[in-house]
Amino acid sequence: MIIKTEGITKAFKNLVAVNHIDLSIDEGEVFGLLGPNGAGKTTLLSMLATLLKPTEGRATVNGFDVARQPGSVRKSIGMVFQAPSSDDLLTGWENLYLHALMFGVPAQERRQRIEEVLKLVDLRDRADERVKTYSGGMRRRLELARGLLHKPKILLLDEPTLGLDPQTREHIWEYIKRLAGDEKVTILITTHYMEEADALCDRVAIIDHGRVIALDSPGNLKRQLGTSMIKAKVKQPNIDLIRSLPYVSRAEAKDGEVLIALSEAGSHIQEVLCNLGEASFVEMREPTLNDVFLQLTGKEIRAESAETLEQKYTQATGR
Amino acid sequence: MSELTGLYALWYREVKVFLRERSRIVSSVVNPLIWLVAFGGGLGSAISFGGVGYQTFIFPGVLMMTVLFTSIFFGLYIVWDRKLDFFKEVMVAPLNRSTLFLGKMLGGCTDALIQGAILLVLGVFFGVQYTMYAVAVLVMFLVFIAAGITSVGLAIGSQMTSFEGFGLIQSFVVMPLFFLSGALYPLDNLPGWLQTVTYLNPLTYIVDGMRGTLLGMSAFPLVLDIGVSIAFVLAMAGLGTLAFRRMS
Repeated sequence: MIIKTEGITKAFKNLVAVNHIDLSIDEGEVFGLLGPNGAGKTTLLSMLATLLKPTEGRATVNGFDVARQPGSVRKSIGMVFQAPSSDDLLTGWENLYLHALMFGVPAQERRQRIEEVLKLVDLRDRADERVKTYSGGMRRRLELARGLLHKPKILLLDEPTLGLDPQTREHIWEYIKRLAGDEKVTILITTHYMEEADALCDRVAIIDHGRVIALDSPGNLKRQLGTSMIKAKVKQPNIDLIRSLPYVSRAEAKDGEVLIALSEAGSHIQEVLCNLGEASFVEMREPTLNDVFLQLTGKEIRAESAETLEQKYTQATGR
Repeated sequence: MSELTGLYALWYREVKVFLRERSRIVSSVVNPLIWLVAFGGGLGSAISFGGVGYQTFIFPGVLMMTVLFTSIFFGLYIVWDRKLDFFKEVMVAPLNRSTLFLGKMLGGCTDALIQGAILLVLGVFFGVQYTMYAVAVLVMFLVFIAAGITSVGLAIGSQMTSFEGFGLIQSFVVMPLFFLSGALYPLDNLPGWLQTVTYLNPLTYIVDGMRGTLLGMSAFPLVLDIGVSIAFVLAMAGLGTLAFRRMS
């Protein structure tokens, strides 16, 4: 158990951001915290990184207590923050060099480690340019490289692919997978991207309003819902009739749209459609983590709009 | 050992960033030049103190002002750093808070000294004559201002979460420290209340020490000036360290 929390809680003046969360994460695992903005993911991560003090409960990281041994915890972890945290007046190489100094990488290993991580994130040919000139994706990769520089046993990633284009995102997913596989780094990642949690994580904790509302592998979480989803546009659906069918695990009607979770949709679709009523549009697909979240909370995890993100970046670079 | 390396890293960052922001260096040198040429030149055509021109008289005061402004805003800049997450990376490093504070402060001192050095050279054009001894004493006092005032800025900045209070700090900290320091006028013959307030300002002793060394005009013995300065620096550094420990 490389990370363990027991009833960890963070209460601010008028809200409880993290509410009695218990987690145990194994060495080498890629563990995801999935939830909408404001669910408490970043607060939980900040407590594990010793940036915030829990108001209740305790947590150990690599065997060290976050409240009593913050120094040892910090030596064990690498962290990649949600907002850009590299210095844009310095070059990529200088940013890494500073990190190596601050995190106690031995002098004789510094240059070599920097070379290694630069190679890992494909930034060697841009290393001597100022971070100002980097794209959002390059910046993220630099910060990922920085998080790895001191060979931490645990990597905490706060929305590592927020606002990146799909290609860069997949690139970063590959690095993360490789790290967990080859270097046996334990990775704790927060995200509100379903696909990210699905593609990367061995296990996922779904978080809403500061509580864990489900915890399992992405596959198991989805299987709880059944093996398929049917979405249909129906004016007056016989929703109660559908719910009574033995292979339907869940049916929901909203704004003229029906969402049905069921098993073996292929052999049952005929019967479902006959009972449902006149449909103007039908779609059949596999369940996603979003469907799981929807079932558990009755709402969707919405992605942060591109606009607010852009603001974040211009703010960060306009110093 | 690792704390020392960390200290070096923090200092290295501040100095690198400072040297790359040329506009900051330029504006910090132009400001005092305007004071010396326009204010000193203008008022100097009407008054002079103790046989030296007014420009020469206020030169130590303008030196102090330059370092005061640079240092306080360098310190307050930490609000910006924290707001944009640049500083989180530093906060999560396995370093003591006192090391973070000291690294920032030394970075600020270096920045201020670079500016001070430029001004010392320019002083030659305003009728200032140096001896090696005078330069050494001046640099020492510049370090006192930089260390003390950077600490004040860092202490305040580490407790602030937005820039809203900047105007207040300008009005209630920076301006009184400058105008009530004897930077622009001699300390004898002041009305009683003004003298009291001026004597309570630690920067008064720094200006007095510099003016005494440079022009031979001083209100206090040099030993007292140095003593008050050191006490001021130690107190502010202590305050800053405490503030950093409390910072979240």
